[in-house]
Amino acid sequence: MRDLAKEPEAARRALETMWTARRFEEAVDQLFARGLMHGTMHLSIGQEASATGTCLALRDDDLITSTHRGHSHCVAKGADLTRMMAELLAKDSGYCRGRGGSMHIADVATGNLGANGIVGGGIPIAVGAALAQKLTGSGKVVVSFFGDGAANEGAFHEAANLAAVWDLPVVFVCENNHYGMSMAADEAFAIDNISARAGAYGFPGVTVDGNDLQAVYEMVTTAAERARAGRGPTLVENVTYRWKGHSKSDKNLYRTREEIAAWQERDPITRFEDAVRKAGSLTDPEITAARKAATDAVREAIRTANAAPAAPADRDLLLDAVYADADAGDPAEVPA
Amino acid sequence: MTTPTTPTARPDTDNPTDGPGAVAAGATPGDTRELTYAEAVRETLTELMADDERVFLMGEDIGVYGGAFGVTTGLLERFGRERVRDTPISEIAIVGAGVGAALCGMRPIVELQFSDFVTCAMDQIVNQAAKIHFMLGGAAQVPLVIRAPAGSGTGAAAQHSQSLEAWFAHVPGIKVVMPATPADAMGLLRAAVDDPNPVLVLEHKLLYKQKGEVPAGHYVPLGKAEVRRRGSDLTIVATAVMVGKAMAAAQELAAEGIEVTVVDPRTISPLDEATILTEVAATGKALLVQEAPRNAGFVAEIAARIVESDAFHTLKAPVVRLAGLDAPMAYAPELEKASVPQIPDIVVAARRLAKGA
Repeated sequence: MRDLAKEPEAARRALETMWTARRFEEAVDQLFARGLMHGTMHLSIGQEASATGTCLALRDDDLITSTHRGHSHCVAKGADLTRMMAELLAKDSGYCRGRGGSMHIADVATGNLGANGIVGGGIPIAVGAALAQKLTGSGKVVVSFFGDGAANEGAFHEAANLAAVWDLPVVFVCENNHYGMSMAADEAFAIDNISARAGAYGFPGVTVDGNDLQAVYEMVTTAAERARAGRGPTLVENVTYRWKGHSKSDKNLYRTREEIAAWQERDPITRFEDAVRKAGSLTDPEITAARKAATDAVREAIRTANAAPAAPADRDLLLDAVYADADAGDPAEVPA
Repeated sequence: MTTPTTPTARPDTDNPTDGPGAVAAGATPGDTRELTYAEAVRETLTELMADDERVFLMGEDIGVYGGAFGVTTGLLERFGRERVRDTPISEIAIVGAGVGAALCGMRPIVELQFSDFVTCAMDQIVNQAAKIHFMLGGAAQVPLVIRAPAGSGTGAAAQHSQSLEAWFAHVPGIKVVMPATPADAMGLLRAAVDDPNPVLVLEHKLLYKQKGEVPAGHYVPLGKAEVRRRGSDLTIVATAVMVGKAMAAAQELAAEGIEVTVVDPRTISPLDEATILTEVAATGKALLVQEAPRNAGFVAEIAARIVESDAFHTLKAPVVRLAGLDAPMAYAPELEKASVPQIPDIVVAARRLAKGA
């Protein structure tokens, strides 16, 4: 298995991806706080190793489905920052042309089949996407990201079972960030590890330190290889923590400052930086440069997105957008 | 059961669906056969799967069993387990897997064993399939077809007999068709699979054994109503199994000198409002018939469209609705019959409307 911290290019890419996700969401947090962004958003700050380690284990043409807390998944799968930011800023140049917002960013061209506003809603869709890969023999794997809360939705159980009985090339990545909104995972589950649920459906389940990029990368690599070989799904539970509230209205009444601070001590990004430093693959200036590249990219994305025209408030355009036009062609056939 | 005439097989210059393009390429127009509604669906599925490798089927007991109503009988033998996929009893996963496969360029046709089971799959239909194209700014489409046997008449009681079409007509992003004849069962299904959007095909289970002439390669564009017959005294707009009942009622009424127009919307979303309004304006009287309960039912939408259009000025009498009782479907045969409009009910309502005003 590759050790990402030891490979300069992989280490740089991993750091830059995690910092980009972090800086993007910090910027979003500030834009909301300053009243420059509307609607709602769910930040994954503190969970960057899960998204990044997972996507680094995939091929570029593999697919993912994401969640309401999906910015880091989008970044890790290679989404365009400017189009992401433009969507959040309600611009016509955004990924969804201002029709979706934070919870619905998709980028079919980079294999991202979409975030989802419904907890667990993307899991059966990922299974269907995996079925399509099996039927067409594409050799692609699908990762379904979801949170601890989603593991208590019926959709998870039905989808997990279907993927198992059909040996579909899907990897279920449960990002256990300890809370479903305010509901603590240890109150919502009578089991210690969500990964244990895989056993009920007849496929492997593993619990991983989700703040350890290398551990996530290794486990998802193994799971993806298994899926690609036609041996069916795996459930990878990445145990992590969200530093910010569930959404912008969260007052953190259900957890303590001490708990949050303790998890901030386990920052997945600085942890990987330490590993890189220890491995000696990148110099300190190179590590700093990766961080700065991310900061610059986010700043540039905000500048460009901000200058773009707002999504036009045109009723006819909205009505025309409801149904796909038979003559327009299927976007799914473009990246195939 | 009554058998309506099969107007799709008869030339009718006023009918927009009988013009060029109404018959699929390669088929010989006029080459018709008598098929049951179930056979028409099965034959269409067979043709679609033979023509397009992207088309595959998923559903509960659709393989060896042939589906709860026998519609998919023989398809497993012909196309194999990869393309005729028996599923566990998991409606969320069945529809959700259909959504995911459709997103990736496949053309899944999923069967819900009874349309009542949409309740188990509602998130995938309403929040996912119907909204993805819009919500993603057009970056993806969901060409998913959901077939679901609907309606009462089989003694299956309240959880297996509903007509829930209005729920879905209310959701932008999904199309809803209700074939009333074997020919339309073929033509609408073919158009549904052709369409890049999710389409809910509500097949009425009482119609499965009904026979009718079906033109080879028949194709019925979505969103086109059919005028089943024309008369000058009043216009009945009826859906699904009520189309046949309205036609039978019209025949009885003709014997007493009352001439009735019968319009079958066929697709209720998007609705062919123009045809309905034109036909209502032509007689000035509208009788709207559905099997579903009255309250907030689909024909209420038709009534609203009539009264907010110029057709309102042509009305010689208030619009009349005939609908199912606002009650869960009862089990006992006579109770079940009493719960939904029957031919004599339509005759009485039509006669009163024709003679009044």
